Amino acid sequence: MIVLKWLFLTISPCDAAEPWQLGSQDAATPIMQGIIDLHHDIFFFLILILVFVLWILVRALWHFHYKENAIPQRIVHGTTIEILRTIFPSLISMFIAIPSFALLYSMDEVVVDPAITIKAIGHQWYRTYEYSDYNSSDEQSLTFDSYMIPEEDLELGQSRLLEVDNRVVVPAKTHLRIIVTSADVPHSWAVPSSGVKCDAVPGRLNQISILVQREGVYYGQCSEICGTNHAFTPIVVEAVPRKDYGSRVSNQLIPQTGEA
Amino acid sequence: MEDEIELKTAPADFRFPTTNQTRHCFTRYIEFHRCTTAKGEDSNDCERFAKYYRALCPGEWVDKWNEQRETGTFPGPL
Repeated sequence: MIVLKWLFLTISPCDAAEPWQLGSQDAATPIMQGIIDLHHDIFFFLILILVFVLWILVRALWHFHYKENAIPQRIVHGTTIEILRTIFPSLISMFIAIPSFALLYSMDEVVVDPAITIKAIGHQWYRTYEYSDYNSSDEQSLTFDSYMIPEEDLELGQSRLLEVDNRVVVPAKTHLRIIVTSADVPHSWAVPSSGVKCDAVPGRLNQISILVQREGVYYGQCSEICGTNHAFTPIVVEAVPRKDYGSRVSNQLIPQTGEA
Repeated sequence: MEDEIELKTAPADFRFPTTNQTRHCFTRYIEFHRCTTAKGEDSNDCERFAKYYRALCPGEWVDKWNEQRETGTFPGPL
């Protein structure tokens, strides 16, 4: 029972970093799935090469031990082996490059028209999110700041240094365009589960496209040194079903437009 | 029962195929204002450009540009 509980406790919050974590967080987007798959594919060949090289190394150390073989043969050249050990590793790295580049270029490819645009603006030291698709004038109708919850205000079960007061709510299974920028110094908008890490540069708009495949709460942290509170500017993305997103947005929109 | 929000935003533009979308926002802003000078303020044809630049540009930038247009210091071709 204890073991079960322990298992589920470690499995359920896999969209945030956990203590002593070795692997990646669970993928929430096709991009992250691609990154994890590429990592595993490369690791298979990496282990093969590692074992092979270690075997050669240990064998050489064993057979040319000074007690075993006091006067080794003085062979310093070997054309065949030199050609082989040059061509072969370069072929291997070329074969690794093919899927790697395919993934890399697919990451910044905008294939379809996105359904919503969210602007993530980094500040020292909080984030502002603008949902401007529903604006009918230059007045912002749905904009909010997202601050970290300080340690003393945390409730039971919330993650330290990761929880924020206002989460970014996005619809799941929908193509999103996130425009990342900054108002002061460079920041970075990074959510490991969605395979996104995009620098927020003042005066520049960086676009990332994501498709969150499952509902959930995804945690990330600032990934560009942005000042003293760099460690205290987390990102929390909450993916909700599409219809919930619609009602959520219209609920937040109406009171604000009513005031104006 | 509140009316369902339509999920619609500025489409991907083949002139700006890269990560850097700064020009995309700026161009849409200019296009809107050129459109209104050509067709008049009341024209409905320009409304889509307004939607595009509002979706792409940070509010702070739009405010700054609006101010610059009023004072005549806007740097773009209008």
